[in-house]
Amino acid sequence: MLTYTLQRLMSMVLVMAFVGVGIFVITRTIPGDPATILAGEDASPEAIERLRRIHGLDQPLPVQFGIWVREVVTGNLGKSLYFEQPVLRLLIDRAQPTIFLTIFALVLAILIGIPAGIVSAVSRGSVVDQGILGGAMVNAAIPSFLLGLVLMQYFAVERNWLPVAGYGPPDASILARAAYLILPAISLAIPNSALIARMTRGSMLDVLGEDYVRTARAKGAPAWSVFMKHALRNASINILTIVGVIAGSLLSGVVVIETVFALPGIGQLVMSAVLRRDYPTIQGALIVVAGVYVLINLAVDLLYAVVDPRIAR
Amino acid sequence: MTSAAHTHLLKMRRRLFRRKLVLVSIIVILVLVALAILGPAIAPHDPSRIDVMNRLTPPGWEYLLGTDGFGRDILSRMLFGARLSLFVSLLVVLLATSLGTLAGIVAGYFEKLDGPIMRIMDATMAFPEILLAIALMAALGPSLFNVVIALSVVYTPRMARVVRASALVVARMQFTEAARSIGASSPRILLRHILPSLLTPIIIQATFIFAYTILAESSLSFLGVGVPPEMPTWGNMINEGKPFFVQADWLMLIPGAAIVVTVVAFQTVGDGLRDMLDPRLRDID
Repeated sequence: MLTYTLQRLMSMVLVMAFVGVGIFVITRTIPGDPATILAGEDASPEAIERLRRIHGLDQPLPVQFGIWVREVVTGNLGKSLYFEQPVLRLLIDRAQPTIFLTIFALVLAILIGIPAGIVSAVSRGSVVDQGILGGAMVNAAIPSFLLGLVLMQYFAVERNWLPVAGYGPPDASILARAAYLILPAISLAIPNSALIARMTRGSMLDVLGEDYVRTARAKGAPAWSVFMKHALRNASINILTIVGVIAGSLLSGVVVIETVFALPGIGQLVMSAVLRRDYPTIQGALIVVAGVYVLINLAVDLLYAVVDPRIAR
Repeated sequence: MTSAAHTHLLKMRRRLFRRKLVLVSIIVILVLVALAILGPAIAPHDPSRIDVMNRLTPPGWEYLLGTDGFGRDILSRMLFGARLSLFVSLLVVLLATSLGTLAGIVAGYFEKLDGPIMRIMDATMAFPEILLAIALMAALGPSLFNVVIALSVVYTPRMARVVRASALVVARMQFTEAARSIGASSPRILLRHILPSLLTPIIIQATFIFAYTILAESSLSFLGVGVPPEMPTWGNMINEGKPFFVQADWLMLIPGAAIVVTVVAFQTVGDGLRDMLDPRLRDID
C-alpha cells in the first residue's frame, strides 16, 4: 500500500509539472500585452514600460517561469495584475460559490442518479428500465446552460419562486445564499445524474451476474435481500469511481453555469481574467483547479485501493 | 413458460428494440448530414438577410420555424448551422482520433514512451474540459478552426487512453510476437498488426467524441469564446436567442432541440456499436 501510495504521488507530481508548463505556455500565447491593457487607453510608453517592469513582464520568459514556479510552490500564486491583490486571496474570495455549487450539484446528482440506476437494474428490460435509460440519454444530451436558462425563466423570472441570478447581498447568510444555488445546482445535476444512473445500472448488472449472487439466490434468500445485501454492497465500490469521473464533468459545467447565473465564482474569475490578460490570475486559477481535480482523483485511487486491496499489488 | 426462456425472450426483445433505436439514430444522422450538405440549396431564405418588419415571427407558413430578433429566417440559419456544427465536430473527431490513436498506440507498444506520453495526457485531462478550451481559445483567438484545435486538444487524451489500454493487450498477443520474431519493423507491426485490432474501440470512442464536441462547441459559443458570432452555429443561435426568451422562446428551444437530437443519435449509435462489436457486453444489458 505504501509503495502504491508513493507511486501515485510521484505520478501526480509529474502530471502537475506538465500542467504547470502547459498553463504557462498557454497564457503567454494569449495575444495582447497586459501592461498596455493595464495602463489604460492613453498611457505614455514610459508608463507602460514602468508597469511592465513592476510586474516582471520585462524579464525573459524562462525567468518569468522560474518566478512563477517559486510563487506556486510557496503558495501565494503571485499578484493579480488587475486587482493588485495576491491571486490566492482572489481565489479564496471566489471559492465559496464554486465549492458549494459543486457539492450541492454532486449530492443532487447522486440522489437522483443512484436510485434511478438501481430501479433500472432491478427492472431490467421492463418499460420502467427503458424509460429511465431513455430519460438518462436525453438528459445527458441537454446543454446545461440551456437547461439553466429555461429553469431560470420558468421558476425565477415568471414565477418568482427563486432568485434569478447572483449570489445575494454581501452580508447574506449561508442559508439565504443556498436559494441562489438551487437552480444552478439542478441545471448541473440533471445531466450528471444521467451519467451516474447509467454507471450504477451497469455495475449493478455486473454484480448480479456474479457467482455469489447466484449462490445467494440458490440457497433461497429473498429477492430484496439478495439485492440489498449481496449486490448493492458490492456495486457500491463503483460509486467511488463515479465521483472521480463526474468531478471533472462537474467542474467543467460549473464554469458555464456560473456565467448563466452570474455567480461570482472561480469560473467567472477566469473568464474576466482572460479578457483582461491578467496572466497571474489565469495561471493561478488554472493550476489550483487542475490541482484539485488531480487530488480528487488521487483520493479516489487511494480509497479504491483501501476498499479493494488487490489494486495496490 | 420457464423462467429461463422468459428471460431469454426479454433479452431478445430488448436487443431488437435497441437495434431499432440504433437504426433510427443512424437514419437521423444521415438526414442531418444530408441537410447539412444540401443546406444552401434548400434553405428557403438567405440566413443573414435582415427583415426588421418580420422580427420574432412565430413559426408559421411564411417562416416555417419563425424569425429571430433581426427578422432572419431560423430554418435557413438552422440548416447553415447544421453545416457548421457538424463540420466542426467532424474535424475535431478526425484530429482528436488521429492524434489520440497515434499517442495511444505508441504509448501502448513502446514501454519507455508509455510514462511520458500518458503523463502528458493526464496533465491535459486534469483541466476541466471547458476551462481548458476557454484558455486555449484565449491564446489562439476566435475563429472556427481555432475552436477545432482547442476541442481536439481537449479530446485527444480521451482517445489516447482508450487506444493505449487496448494496445497494451494486443501488443502482448501471440500474433504480434510472431510478427516481431520474423523481423517485421515496429511501424509495420503498429500499422498492420496492432491498429486493425483497435478499430472497434477507436470507432466507438470517436462516436462519443462527436457527441461531446456538439455540446462543447455550443458551450463555448454561449460563453462568447467559440465560433465567431456572425456564423450561425447552433450554439451561437442559442446565445442570440437569450434576450428574447420571454417573447420568443423558440429562438433558443429550436437549436437546443437540434443539439439534443444530434447528441442522443450519436450516443445511441455509440452504445449500439459497443453492444454489437464487443460481445462481452452483449449479455449485460
